[in-house]
Amino acid sequence: MALQSLDILRRSATPTPTPQARNPQEVAKLIDTTVCIGCKACQVACSEWNELRAEVGTCVGVYDNPTDLSSQAWTVMRFNEVEEKGKLEWLIRKDGCMHCADPGCLKACPSPGAIVQFKNGIVDFHQENCIGCGYCISGCPFNVPRLSPADSKAYKCNLCSDRVAVGQEPACVKTCPTGAIQFGSKEDMIEVAQTRITDLQSRGYDQAGLYDPAGVGGTHVMYVLHHADKPTLYSGLPDNPSISAVVGVWKGMLKPLATLGVAAAGLFGFFHYITVGPNRADDEDEADHGTPPLPPAKGTKNKERENAL
Amino acid sequence: MKTSEKLIQRYCAAERINHWIVAVCFVLLAISGLAFFYPAFFWLTGVFGTPQLARIVHPFVGVVMFLAFARQFFRYAHHNLINKEDVKWMMSVKEVMKGNEVGDIGRYNGGQKGMFWVMVLCMILLLVSGVIAWRPYFAGYFPIPVIRVALLVHAASALVLIASIIVHVYAALWVQGTIRAMVEGVVTHAWARKHHPRWFRQVTGKETGH
Repeated sequence: MALQSLDILRRSATPTPTPQARNPQEVAKLIDTTVCIGCKACQVACSEWNELRAEVGTCVGVYDNPTDLSSQAWTVMRFNEVEEKGKLEWLIRKDGCMHCADPGCLKACPSPGAIVQFKNGIVDFHQENCIGCGYCISGCPFNVPRLSPADSKAYKCNLCSDRVAVGQEPACVKTCPTGAIQFGSKEDMIEVAQTRITDLQSRGYDQAGLYDPAGVGGTHVMYVLHHADKPTLYSGLPDNPSISAVVGVWKGMLKPLATLGVAAAGLFGFFHYITVGPNRADDEDEADHGTPPLPPAKGTKNKERENAL
Repeated sequence: MKTSEKLIQRYCAAERINHWIVAVCFVLLAISGLAFFYPAFFWLTGVFGTPQLARIVHPFVGVVMFLAFARQFFRYAHHNLINKEDVKWMMSVKEVMKGNEVGDIGRYNGGQKGMFWVMVLCMILLLVSGVIAWRPYFAGYFPIPVIRVALLVHAASALVLIASIIVHVYAALWVQGTIRAMVEGVVTHAWARKHHPRWFRQVTGKETGH
């Protein structure tokens, strides 16, 4: 992908820097859960634009359908009924990739160029480089990537990077009938969110706020929540997401430690050999010679072998 | 050059084949595994043709290695119980490194026994963590936090094993005449008497030489 509008900031499993000269603006998608009516037009638009067809599911008693993200469903609406302040609330959240500034999937990915982060903030999977190990699934703090059963490659929302590259908004944004999904520069989206939040707070939602979690460096998909103090109400949106410390050790400290250990073993051997020298068993002990050997001791499988060469 | 040397059978053909199955599997696994671990070594996935193939084949080779190693475990576990002589050996490892044998060593010395148990531990950890992380067959049955721990344990135990195998290979090279035990199956009397005196007496029934 050599599109100039898709300059790459970070590339999976690539220790050297990517081109850094151009600095395009960071983009963001703002999802206002307080305006969402749960119509699923975004799911349909996503499916159409990206040529995805999830299996037609069955009703499981709630509106969620498909019930989970998959390689064929990059965004799903999650419906949750909660009681807040003695009032029933129907919280609907459009789930999908959050396009973290510090993406756990990219950190975990072992295959060079299978996951890239564009300068504009979009985190994209390039399936032609994907080896199907599923490390990205373990790296993601939001449980978003899904392995396709058809080709064992990982898929997720790419924020319509192809559309954004040519100056268009993502398909879900384009189709949303209530304006609950907006797209623009991250700066602008934060401003739009602030206006909404001020309005919500003036109308009794004093905990309304923006979900742009700092634990992952901020995200390029942000939510306006009525209850920003309790993100988990929204079908398990994590309160304080960050890349797991276990993944951090695995992809961080373990590497230099391992290099040190393996190198030490190799170097020790080399220098030991050239200083101490080989350990030879010289046959100077003549006690053996002329003494016919006895038969092997009982209870041992080892056969003595006299070998006249 | 001697015209005749006295030899003792140390490993029978089945044991040698068994050992080299494990060894070849290990080398393939270490190469592809390091490729998954170090981005700069990703090209080593070429050992299996393509990166995708390496990802697919690696776990199957791992299972072969584990099974072959399990056979070795049952062959050698009873030879590797650590005793007082081994502790003495381990305490004086510095002296041993200078080429001076310490203690009345049987079939295996303290270092070899320690190595055996490190390998056993690593193999078990690698199998369990490997199955948990194995996509697309098994990983889906485990919660993501468990898979994360499995991936860390898999990498860490693999690296401990790689470092240990380097020591294992070096020890075999350093103590001359050892490679022959695992290639031709035999060692010389001198070798046995120097490095494994108690084992030498056991297999020859001799009390001489020490």
